[in-house]
Amino acid sequence: MNDSTITQMDDVTLLAALRRGDESAFATLVERHHASLVRLAMMYVPDQAAAEDVAQETWLGLLKGLDRFEGRSSLKTWLFTVLTNRAKTRGLRESRSTPFSALAKSELDTDEPSVASERFLPPDHSQWPDEWGTYVSAWDEIPEEKFLTGETMDVIRQAIAALPPAQREVITRRDIEGWPAQEVCNILAITETNQRVLLHRARSKVRQALEQYLNEGL
Amino acid sequence: MAEEITCKELVELVTDYLEEALPTEQRARFEAHLSRCEGCQSYFAQMRRTILLLGRLTEDTVPPAAKAELLTLFRNWKESGESDPPAPAE
Ligand SMILES: [Zn+2]
Repeated sequence: MNDSTITQMDDVTLLAALRRGDESAFATLVERHHASLVRLAMMYVPDQAAAEDVAQETWLGLLKGLDRFEGRSSLKTWLFTVLTNRAKTRGLRESRSTPFSALAKSELDTDEPSVASERFLPPDHSQWPDEWGTYVSAWDEIPEEKFLTGETMDVIRQAIAALPPAQREVITRRDIEGWPAQEVCNILAITETNQRVLLHRARSKVRQALEQYLNEGL
Repeated sequence: MAEEITCKELVELVTDYLEEALPTEQRARFEAHLSRCEGCQSYFAQMRRTILLLGRLTEDTVPPAAKAELLTLFRNWKESGESDPPAPAE
């Protein structure tokens, strides 16, 4: 098989090739899912090295369990479930992990405006109470390439790293990994409303970081 | 129609709006405000752009060293022919 055909194959086809011992099928699956696995593992373990370890264990678990993997769930779901369990166990062993519910609760208990209130006119303003005092800039004048530079992406990565843990976990699963809301609620055992609050707070902070960075060039 | 929402209120509702979680009336107020307020239009566009950019982080590639380690793992596995024992009959 040549490389360009193989990168277009779906996971099911690649798994079949993997059972026959095809290394390029494995390499393609790794390219497709490994970064996500490491990113999710980071939610539970203290550092990058530990996250890489957990992701590696997950791949080994897949290889050893290939004969039993019957495709009842998608490969992605399977990998993420195994990874989450392993990462949690490891996180507990290294006693860094607080249950998600406790993290979420402490984050939800505080009030956090999406935009600093100084940016709005005061509530008792005679004409425009609570309307924008300082407008946010329109980004349409920014050239498209600017958004996709490594530097802009780093601003986003840093903003995510700085988020409180529950917000970081929700935004990672929803907006980076593209999971459906319902699946995130299930795996984290939170209500839809709380999931949306955490997601909104996380998005608002990433937006703010981007605004700060992009406005320097305006 | 009930009282209009303010800019300060709108910025708190963006995710609920995008997730289609606003009650019909509230949704109408959101849209009415957005259609007349340039500041909120910019803000809303920024939020959508932010979400779009977040989605691009999935395109991160695997560092060569990590990939090499995984391929070694694969080769060792293939040589040993190791697999988990079959699942017990249910
Ligand atoms: Zn407004």
